[in-house]
Amino acid sequence: MAILSKPPVRRSPHPGAAHPFEKNGAARRAVGRNLTAYGFLCGALICFAFFSWYPMIREIILSFQENNFVDPAKWVDFDNFRTVIEDPAFRSAWLNTAAFSGLALVVGYAVPFVLAVVLNELRHAVAYLRFVVYLPVMLPPAVAVLLFKWFYDPGSGLFNQILDVFGIPPLAWLDSTSTALISLVLVSTWMNLGTGTLIYLAALQSIPGDLYESAELDGAGLFRRVWHVTIPQTKLILLVMLLLQVVATMQVFIEPYLLTGGGPENATVTVAYLMYQYAFNFGDFGGGGALGLMLMVVLMVFSAIYLRVSRDNEGGR
Amino acid sequence: MRTTSHRRVSAAGWRRPASLLLVAGLGLAAASCGSGDEEKPTAQGSAAADAPVTITVGCQPPKSNPKERAGWDEDVAAFQKLHPNITVQSKDAFPCINPDTFQAKLAGGTQEDVFYVYYTDVQKIIKSKQAADISEYVGSVKALNDIRPDVQSVFKDGDKTYGLPRNNYNMGLVYNRKLFTQAGLNPDSPPKTWAEVQEAAKKIAAIGPGHTGFGEYSAGNTGGWHFAASLYARGGSMVSDDGKSSAFNSAEGKAVLENLKQMRWNDNSMGSKQLLQWEDLMRMMGSGKLGMMIGAPDVVQSVNNDFQGKFEDYGVTAVPESEGKASLSGGDGYMFNPKATPEKIKAGLLWLEFHELTPGKGQFNYERAKAQGRPVGLPIPDLYGDSAPGKEITALRKEFATVPVDHFTPYVTPQSSITNKLEPPKAQELYAVLDVAMSAVLTRKDADIDKLLSDAASKADKILAKNT
Repeated sequence: MAILSKPPVRRSPHPGAAHPFEKNGAARRAVGRNLTAYGFLCGALICFAFFSWYPMIREIILSFQENNFVDPAKWVDFDNFRTVIEDPAFRSAWLNTAAFSGLALVVGYAVPFVLAVVLNELRHAVAYLRFVVYLPVMLPPAVAVLLFKWFYDPGSGLFNQILDVFGIPPLAWLDSTSTALISLVLVSTWMNLGTGTLIYLAALQSIPGDLYESAELDGAGLFRRVWHVTIPQTKLILLVMLLLQVVATMQVFIEPYLLTGGGPENATVTVAYLMYQYAFNFGDFGGGGALGLMLMVVLMVFSAIYLRVSRDNEGGR
Repeated sequence: MRTTSHRRVSAAGWRRPASLLLVAGLGLAAASCGSGDEEKPTAQGSAAADAPVTITVGCQPPKSNPKERAGWDEDVAAFQKLHPNITVQSKDAFPCINPDTFQAKLAGGTQEDVFYVYYTDVQKIIKSKQAADISEYVGSVKALNDIRPDVQSVFKDGDKTYGLPRNNYNMGLVYNRKLFTQAGLNPDSPPKTWAEVQEAAKKIAAIGPGHTGFGEYSAGNTGGWHFAASLYARGGSMVSDDGKSSAFNSAEGKAVLENLKQMRWNDNSMGSKQLLQWEDLMRMMGSGKLGMMIGAPDVVQSVNNDFQGKFEDYGVTAVPESEGKASLSGGDGYMFNPKATPEKIKAGLLWLEFHELTPGKGQFNYERAKAQGRPVGLPIPDLYGDSAPGKEITALRKEFATVPVDHFTPYVTPQSSITNKLEPPKAQELYAVLDVAMSAVLTRKDADIDKLLSDAASKADKILAKNT
């Protein structure tokens, strides 16, 4: 057994200083073996370098510069950071972003999980319902957002008409500081519902059926089965999805941009929206870059936790 | 254990390529930072006057607008025949300028030699040194002797000139004549005071569900823009004379917001849907359910061309109570790439004079426009006022009119007593601040106007204090 599990290793006569021919040969063999893989890797690396890493580095540089893209850029230390921090909209933007992420966790995190549990329990029309749930993901985000613009219309919008059927007075939806942000969360949840549900569903379907059978034999009802079997068995995927959700929702832009323009009274100005205002409406790429860098640092913390969790997940298998 | 050792090997193995990539990325970034110096304009003053030169020019009408595009191409051919050494390379885009891509085009070196710009952005571009100083060459443009000084001043900073105008107008009140008739109002006698606007708006809203008497912007910086328009018309100012502090927290500023509050909450004539942006009001006007909005004659053009409205259904009058006061000016024009050589600037000026500033030619070729079935008769652009070319253009407009010119008479008649007033410095930043006040008044019944204005003023003061 020992021989089988541990094949003889050919040791170098001079430990720490391999024979040059031997070393070159091994390296050549290693490269030869993995040549195709390196080829594929190069393509991906080039794409990442140009479309992800280079813009990121450029953005970091811009945040410390005053740049009109004509004259040589001027280094301004932390001036851009000071400018955006002193902006009265800065505080609102961070508070709104945090509130949006928090609300998105309450609404957008729970709903897909519940839907996945329901779909998993169903015995009929599962494929059809799965398709229906995933359908909103196939709509381009701008189209989905504009659809909700009509739904939220305080006069003839769908939502107020539904409220009217039940005798509930109409809501101002996007036009009120108290409902505007939650209205955006609903749009975001609806748009991303399908992806979350399918991921949870895949996780649920990987849970061994005999665990449920045992629970049933022990007299556990649906709620107890979910609480004692489903949630413990999917806790890692739940945690990973939670972190991904935080990272995604903190970058919310398209919903305030298309639906509210940051209003009413800055109630829906988010960090990404303010970044856009600085860079494109005010022509201040330095300010936009500074905001982007601050957001990046915050997101890096969540990304680091995500990486840690997913690594532990791998280790736990 | 397998996972741990695998992780350690991976980390060590990746460290070197990752560092290389980081270095490569930094190298790329550094290269791009330095690339701005390579294409500095070279002194070519000694080049022969008729040496071949190619210029790129923005705002060629898009393919989706074949009639205007054909006219443009025809003009390019005629111009090149007149100036055989100049080649005009047209660049189309719709809309002609997109703030999202402006900086990127400049950074990427794809900005046109002669690029299109809205008035709103001109001073920001000048301050950022993103346009060439053409003062040295602009003396050759004879049309400048007749162009209104206030229009010329849009493209000036001190005694330096940075561009030429293409379109000019000031804000008025756009109204739906059909709805006026339906509401029992006389479309030939549009409102002259805000009290009359309020009365007309109430009657139009009373026509039935879905009808809005008066529409106003309050999001995406458009609310602040229209606040400025209303403020100017009441004789107010956005900033102090030295431009270092705000001036809108005034009786006139308060009157603007109180008027909106009255119509929105007491008269209920502004509809319930707010946070409107540019396209929203255009769509409402095009659908025939909106009675009035602040806007210039170009609104009617957009509504007709892109939002299914019909020219004959709309009219424009001066902003109420603006007579003897001021009105916010708007328009567009062309500026020059800061990297353009003197030859390109000279060629560009020749093209602009030919195409944008000559009565009967280019944009003022109304005979061709009529033959193509395009609308003629709108009282814009107003580049020349009452000077000889201005009168010539007005006469041509009347001769080839295809739209009811009378519908714009209430806008044209008082023009001589209205002063065009430019947008404030740091316009977009101030508009963003005032969006808050506009949206508050239109979405909250208990909005405290005094507090909104004083909050906005303190924010605006901070913005203006920086680098002013």
